[in-house]
Amino acid sequence: MLEIKNLHVKLEDEDKQILKGLDLKVEAGKVHAIMGPNGSGKSTLSYVLSGRDGYEVTEGSATLEGEDLLDLDPEERAALGVFLAFQYPVEIPGVGNMTFLRTAVNSQRKARGEEELSAAEFLKTIRARAKELKIDAEMLKRPVNVGFSGGEKKRNEILQMAMLEPKMCILDETDSGLDVDAMKLVAEGVNALRDEGRGFLVITHYQRLLDHIKPDVVHILAGGKIVKTGGPELALEVENNGYAGILAEVA
Amino acid sequence: MGLPDVKQSATEARLAAMTLPEGGCLKAARQAALSRVQTMGLPGRRDEYWKYTRPDTLISAEVSKASVFASDEAPMFNEFDRLRIVFVDGVYDAEASDDLSLEGVRIDRIADICCQDIHWAKDLYGVLEARGQSPVQRPLAAFNTAFAQDGVAIHVTGKPSKPINLVYVHSDEMSDAILHHVIRVEAGAEATILENGPAASRFNKCMEIDIADTGKLHLVRAQGRDHERRAATHLFARLGTESTFKSFTLTVNGVLTRNEAVIELTGDDAIAHIAGACVGDGDFHHDDTVFITHDAVNCESRQVFKKVLRNGATGVFQGKILVKADAQKTDGYQISQSLLLDDDSQFLAKPELEIYADDVICSHGSTTGAIDEEALFYLRSRGVPIDDATDLLTLAFLAEAVDEVEDTAVAEAIVARLEGWLSRRR
Repeated sequence: MLEIKNLHVKLEDEDKQILKGLDLKVEAGKVHAIMGPNGSGKSTLSYVLSGRDGYEVTEGSATLEGEDLLDLDPEERAALGVFLAFQYPVEIPGVGNMTFLRTAVNSQRKARGEEELSAAEFLKTIRARAKELKIDAEMLKRPVNVGFSGGEKKRNEILQMAMLEPKMCILDETDSGLDVDAMKLVAEGVNALRDEGRGFLVITHYQRLLDHIKPDVVHILAGGKIVKTGGPELALEVENNGYAGILAEVA
Repeated sequence: MGLPDVKQSATEARLAAMTLPEGGCLKAARQAALSRVQTMGLPGRRDEYWKYTRPDTLISAEVSKASVFASDEAPMFNEFDRLRIVFVDGVYDAEASDDLSLEGVRIDRIADICCQDIHWAKDLYGVLEARGQSPVQRPLAAFNTAFAQDGVAIHVTGKPSKPINLVYVHSDEMSDAILHHVIRVEAGAEATILENGPAASRFNKCMEIDIADTGKLHLVRAQGRDHERRAATHLFARLGTESTFKSFTLTVNGVLTRNEAVIELTGDDAIAHIAGACVGDGDFHHDDTVFITHDAVNCESRQVFKKVLRNGATGVFQGKILVKADAQKTDGYQISQSLLLDDDSQFLAKPELEIYADDVICSHGSTTGAIDEEALFYLRSRGVPIDDATDLLTLAFLAEAVDEVEDTAVAEAIVARLEGWLSRRR
């Protein structure tokens, strides 16, 4: 599904290298988790994959089902099936949540040469999906993320994911700012989307999210590289001993 | 003390090209307005009130040529059931207009108010304009009162079943139109007036609106899309106790537009909302100049102006709230914002508050900025192409002003116009 080879990334405006030869392969149907200390490059990885400005790829490649992602605009990557659930979802005053979602869904369908969803079909689908995530009609009418609580913003991200049905879901610290109940709800939303044809990359600081979204593979990212890969037990090791132990071990 | 030479000679040159209409019962009002023009002189580049907008082409004796713009889009408000009053190059067109009779309102041409002996109109013509000359002079409005060639007197006595639509058709590329309307809304009466069309190559329009206690008036205007037209408009409104006046203006193109609104809240608990959305591309200069006077207790005024500018377009906002000493419990709000779609465009704003009462809430803000990059990336990351995302954010920026239009169907028609403008500029 997603294949990253020897990825080197620096900040565009600064001479600061962030990713230094990252290799990663996420297979369809699998959930990979990336954990790592602050400043290890976790968020940079998610932004580079989704196409945000401000980063320069100096070496390496990233492909989705063999298609090169790095030369594409963010909207082209989205149409191919890349989805980033933001750590800090953006508030957009003046744009209704429903309008936003319908525009997004139909833009992607159009880009893939598929027929656009009719208003009725769209409404039916979104109502069902919103209900599962306990998102009420009021939240759909409000401007995108404006006045949403931290939990509501994250649920709204998962709703977008459910509507857009991406192939590759990247979750950037989706647990940040969530209480236990909200985290469970979000995790249930994600688990409901687990599918043979879909890959997940879950970026997190803490093991607790992984109690709810059970990963198949856990990677430790440090200093811009994957330094250790293992099963779910690796996340527990981090939880118990912190990163210091693992980093000392691989150094 | 006489006028500066430059102003004196410019004023004389303009007046020499004009003939004062017969006037009938309005003769005195027209002559008084003419002497106001002679005393004040026409606006000049060195006038403080015209610091950001060059008045030259608005006062020149010769009108600049303006091509008549052809568009595939149907005229604004076409889909609404309304009473149409059509002016072609500033002259009433009876053929193209609807029958002027409608329950709850009486409409007459200005030229007919003397023979019909319509007292209220005689007593209003030029009066609010004259009051509006202090503390800031508005010579183009006085010029309008003196020389207006046509216009209507609209007397709202009930609640007419449909809006009154003033349609301004431009057909002669050298036309110079001067229209003056007077409107009186009686106690408990309520009406909506729609205005649209470019009117002429050069358009000077004045509207005097007198709203009695508890009267309500909604005004929505769409200033025509002719690229080369120039317009100077004045709106004078006086509001009685518990009355409401809401105005919204959409401006799409036009090489030069100066819209002045002079609002006086003279009765307690009155409400005035003045809003505008404009989108300009290239050779486009748009000026909103607003002066709201609070002279009664517990009144609310709200100004919301949004401008989207690109390719060297210029937007100007001069907005003032004057709260007199007796106007306690005033609630005044003013916001003027521009969205610059490139580095070549500019927005000039002069927000002013002058408050003499001590128990008031007045807030104002003015911002200028570009498209929010964070929001743009968020939309794109969901698959929305950059042009669509930019349009979506541009419409979102204008939404606060368009939201001032209470009628949802009219608001939707305005949004459709804005979408059309954006889609033609891909």
